[in-house]
Amino acid sequence: MTIHYPAPGASPASIQITRDGRLKHFLTIEGLNRQLITEILDTAESFASMNEQSVKKVPLLRGKTVINLFFEASTRTRTTFELAAKRLSADVLNINISQSAAVKGESLLDTLRNLEAMYCDMFIVRHADSGASQFIAHHVAPHISVLNAGDGRHAHPTQAMLDMFTIRRHKGDFTRLRVAIVGDILHSRVARSQIHALNILNTGEVRVIAPKTLLPEEVEKLGVHVYHDLETGLRDVDVVIMLRLQKERMQGALLPSEHEYFQLYGLTEERLKVAAPDVIVMHPGPANRGVEISSRVADGPRSVILEQVTNGIAVRMAVMSMVMGGNAGGAA
Amino acid sequence: MKLQIRGGRVIDPANGIDEVTDVFVAYGRITALGEAPEGYTPDRVIDAAGRYVLPGLVDLAARLRQPGEEHKATIASETRAAAAAGITTLCCPPDTVPPVDSPAEINLITRLAKAAGQAKVFALGALTANLEGELLSEMAALKAAGCLGVSNALRPVSSTLVLRRALEYAGSHELTVFLHPIDFELANHGCAHEGAVASRLGLPGIPSAAETAAIGQQLALIEQTGVRAHFCRVSTARGAAMIQRAQYDGLPITMDVCAHQLYLTDVDIGDFNSLCHTLPPLRTLRDRDGLRQCLGKGSIGAICSDHQPHEEDAKLAPFPATEPGISALETLLPLTLQLADDGVLSLSEAVQRITCGPADILGLDAGTLAVGTPADICIYDPEHPWTLDESTVVSAGKNTPFLGWEFTGRVTHTLVDGRVVYALDD
Repeated sequence: MTIHYPAPGASPASIQITRDGRLKHFLTIEGLNRQLITEILDTAESFASMNEQSVKKVPLLRGKTVINLFFEASTRTRTTFELAAKRLSADVLNINISQSAAVKGESLLDTLRNLEAMYCDMFIVRHADSGASQFIAHHVAPHISVLNAGDGRHAHPTQAMLDMFTIRRHKGDFTRLRVAIVGDILHSRVARSQIHALNILNTGEVRVIAPKTLLPEEVEKLGVHVYHDLETGLRDVDVVIMLRLQKERMQGALLPSEHEYFQLYGLTEERLKVAAPDVIVMHPGPANRGVEISSRVADGPRSVILEQVTNGIAVRMAVMSMVMGGNAGGAA
Repeated sequence: MKLQIRGGRVIDPANGIDEVTDVFVAYGRITALGEAPEGYTPDRVIDAAGRYVLPGLVDLAARLRQPGEEHKATIASETRAAAAAGITTLCCPPDTVPPVDSPAEINLITRLAKAAGQAKVFALGALTANLEGELLSEMAALKAAGCLGVSNALRPVSSTLVLRRALEYAGSHELTVFLHPIDFELANHGCAHEGAVASRLGLPGIPSAAETAAIGQQLALIEQTGVRAHFCRVSTARGAAMIQRAQYDGLPITMDVCAHQLYLTDVDIGDFNSLCHTLPPLRTLRDRDGLRQCLGKGSIGAICSDHQPHEEDAKLAPFPATEPGISALETLLPLTLQLADDGVLSLSEAVQRITCGPADILGLDAGTLAVGTPADICIYDPEHPWTLDESTVVSAGKNTPFLGWEFTGRVTHTLVDGRVVYALDD
């Protein structure tokens, strides 16, 4: 008796890449190569310079319909995606599902089929379940591209790309950098995508700093060094990425109080002194001032938090134009 | 009706038989092995040359979805699949809709199975009323109606106090308690093994301690109450080792594992493959190997299918939103026999784990080819190649991650009480 079984399942990234190596969907950073990530950053750079000019619109996605499909509330991400699509001349439709079909018991697949029937070209999806954007990408009509705007705890690839963009603008080469990600790694799709991106870009050292209750099991296998103490973890780092602490974490007995969290993991000017002198401080927003970060740091000279927001538009324009096969060179 | 099975390799671990010989069946029972009884003239002869002749398989845990979930499967559809898989006796957990917590459900299941006529179906009764984990079920009535034991299936029991009393009450009625070792608070609505894969995919994890903590607690209560208990679907190496040690210490306990836990690991979830969403979750390679070791040592006495057929929609959603479970009747025998090739078990031991092993746990006189017992027989061609795909799955549930696997070896005939209920069309 012998059993032959098929090769192990497709790698997480394979569905998002076409046979000739171009982006078809943008679901996760995991599995992308450095060349493609660099191409996204370079493309975003050309859009960023355009965004600073008075005429901010290019016709790359003219006639295309983009649907912002948000099963979870979001302001910042949805707005920057919408702006990015409009600057590429696409028609944009915002659909907030948490208040419509899902409540009526319509299945995710039914919702997709209905939207497909409206002849759209791109879904930008946020969903509370990990793997939702992969699921959607597997089931949409072949001409539709899916962009993951955050799925459960799994991935938030455009956020990670705008963070890489921001780091590259300030630091250039990744290979010499020490980057620390501080806070609720366990529940963070942003952190997972950042860790993949930083490692693909050959970052010198990636650290995570958090108590064990906020770290996933075997997190070191993602390619990070683990610290439970903020001051040790911040020593000589070039980039600090603070994560948002959701208030409901106290309920699950993950933390005793916001007060103790700020005492131990809150980023203050004093604590930042052990980092490299030209350290930059990042936060995916919205920040809880006085919980994970002090206002003096958030608004201080080392903070690049608002730049991240601005860069989000250029990075999302880059990804959208690339999945639609747009020629980004024409935008520069 | 007299039927002779000629020239097959008869493997009957219950009686220590492994030889090429003939099996003689008359009026639903096995009347002789080897030499024909005097004056025996068969009405039909099945040529089993080059094939294995095994006792009909006994599956400790198969959900047939009736009553209440006929949109997934029915007793008729699933016993037909069982027949095609060489399984002649099935035991279903009590978590039907409504649960098996009164004689009415047991009678219904028995009646539907008799009408279908493809396999013998038994049920476990609910350990607590309506499986709600608060009040005791009417265990004496369930036993009188024919349940083989009691279980709370995959539902939590509200407290250790209720569990202690349920065990004591079951023990008073000499009912075996079938325990699923899951601490639901530690499992915390997770959907995958808490480890590197779940961390990478951002899937809420179920730690190994959800199993070992439950086993520790349950072992203490078994020791206290002296009840005969069976641990269902052990998934961690550490949990199996704890139960094994307690067996050496003399506790009256047994355990089983489902076949897919001996092959698949959390890595098989790959790109959110919802067909690999199970409860307990697929664990690590180390767990898989630990389970295989306990199986080899005999502390795991049975391999079951843990069959859970689903309608297509149940698996068509983002991974955490899908229903757990695998349609597994038809892979039970091929996966189990492969363990012999992998050197985990001898062929006879492998057969034992899916015949008399589970029959002993259930207290059934089944899974044997002893003269005088009902002629429940599986004939298997070890050279027959086939591929599991949606068209070859007989079960109403096509939800198996083994689709596309190529197997060598297939059931050619299944007999229940001497009646051919399945014959492979060559």
